[in-house]
Amino acid sequence: MINYVYRLISPRVITVKYTNIDINCGRVIVRPKFMSICHADQRYFTGSRDAAVLRKKLPMALIHECMGEVVNDPSGTFRIGENVVLVPNQPGTPVEGVYANYLRDSRFLSSGNDGFMREFIDLPSDRVVSCEGVKPELAAVTEFISVAFHAASRFERAVQTNIGSVGIWGDGGLGYLVAMVLRYRLPKAKIYVIGMDEQKLSRFSFVDGTYLSHDLPSDFHVDHAFECCGGDGCYYAGRQIIDIINPQGTFMLMGVSEKEVPLNTRMVLERGLTLVGCSRSDRVDFENTVEFLRDSKVQNRISKIISEVCEINSIQDIYDAFAHDATNPFKTVLKWNI
Amino acid sequence: MIYAAILAGGKGTRMQNTDVPKQFLELDGKPIIIHTVEKFLMCNRFDRVYIGINPDWHSFCEDLVRKYIGDNDRMRIVVGGADRNGTIVNVLDAIESENGLNDDDIIVTHDAVRPFVTDRIIEENIDSAIKYGAVDTVIPATDTIVRSDDGAVIANIPDRSTLYQGQTPQSFNIKLLRECLDSLTEDEKNTLTDACKILVLKNRSVHLVAGEVLNFKITTVGDYQLATAMLKK
Repeated sequence: MINYVYRLISPRVITVKYTNIDINCGRVIVRPKFMSICHADQRYFTGSRDAAVLRKKLPMALIHECMGEVVNDPSGTFRIGENVVLVPNQPGTPVEGVYANYLRDSRFLSSGNDGFMREFIDLPSDRVVSCEGVKPELAAVTEFISVAFHAASRFERAVQTNIGSVGIWGDGGLGYLVAMVLRYRLPKAKIYVIGMDEQKLSRFSFVDGTYLSHDLPSDFHVDHAFECCGGDGCYYAGRQIIDIINPQGTFMLMGVSEKEVPLNTRMVLERGLTLVGCSRSDRVDFENTVEFLRDSKVQNRISKIISEVCEINSIQDIYDAFAHDATNPFKTVLKWNI
Repeated sequence: MIYAAILAGGKGTRMQNTDVPKQFLELDGKPIIIHTVEKFLMCNRFDRVYIGINPDWHSFCEDLVRKYIGDNDRMRIVVGGADRNGTIVNVLDAIESENGLNDDDIIVTHDAVRPFVTDRIIEENIDSAIKYGAVDTVIPATDTIVRSDDGAVIANIPDRSTLYQGQTPQSFNIKLLRECLDSLTEDEKNTLTDACKILVLKNRSVHLVAGEVLNFKITTVGDYQLATAMLKK
């Protein structure tokens, strides 16, 4: 079967590459229904990655957050028509004790390999997770939430002191989801969110407190911290976290920066902090996320970070959706009709 | 019920120094018709997918389906008619004898040699056929169309903004299609070039679905070369 793959060939230019899918290849074939744009996609789309990186990785189909409907499954794992979410991490050779998303030879779809902007997607059955019972437009952001679940798991394994309070730096989509997941996983902990925008902070109705980063009380401290800012914010958040975090706290780094970020290592040493780099996720995080999303209250909260669903009927619609996303503080979801 | 009919009744013309019908030529290691049928099988709204095939190539087609698709309880292969509409009639007969006919049954007819059809086009054909009873897949005409009655001088240049190029699928409520087919006169039958014209001749509305430029029909060596180049890795 001839398949349409919508590839970014250079910044802001998408063309169709035609590929051949063998329907008897033993892989699950999924028709994508809803996708969501990540900052990483936006950086490729606008060409704000380093020129050498763009030369190496393009042409490539973007998007690694996607849900769809199973149309063919020779393995019999899924019912035809079943709603599923897709795991973009394609694990390499397993190494004892190492998560599949950190293996050197793991591949990630939409980073050097075609992502999910395709007419049909074929994947091994273990890279597909049922999401029945979850609203499709919300299931589209499963991958994004799974990153928060992965971070929560790593945090729980790394933490060495009491989890009385946790600070989350970042009032965007990632900060919102990390806050939600921590609220769910750590019901007794005090959760605070530190951000730059009062209006965005007002959406965090379920945490114990929110603060503007330039207006923190002088006696404000947290046992542990999550940096969810990314970009230049990594530096400012990192500096504040190291200043505020209690001794032997765990400092989770989650935001992506194109530049190297200086850290006050003297204070890291002095306070005995644990720094944990955290990126992406794997199947188990998707399963946990889907379970989480089946709760209607959770679905209601997640819907607060989806500003609009853009219908995609042409390549021009993709351009328009990326333009919309560039000014959207939260998540842009695409209804994928092509 | 919703049916697909892949029309492959042609006997073939010489292409690539072979007399094999075009739908059996290989595209990236697989016959063109198999690419097309697979795309329709990925749409689970179809209860059955019929292939209408020239009788001389019936067994050959069965072999190909067995080899590339394997056992599939939704697949049926029937003998095609003398022309395109004859093949559609044979598929309709096969449908009726196997399943009977209901008021809301839909058929989506498609050329076997248009393997670049998309799932979006197929889905919109089904939705529009359910809603309107008859639909044609078209793209806006990009070249100026010139009409000449004698092949020597221009008789007229129609306004391009009102012109479209017809593609497939063409999709119909089966009872409506049958009714129009049965009422055609012999003269009308001789003027038919495609299935939608059956309804147009009977003053029935045929709605439009947006096609794709690349949902083209592989009919010439140039088309085949283009299709091969498009799939090059």
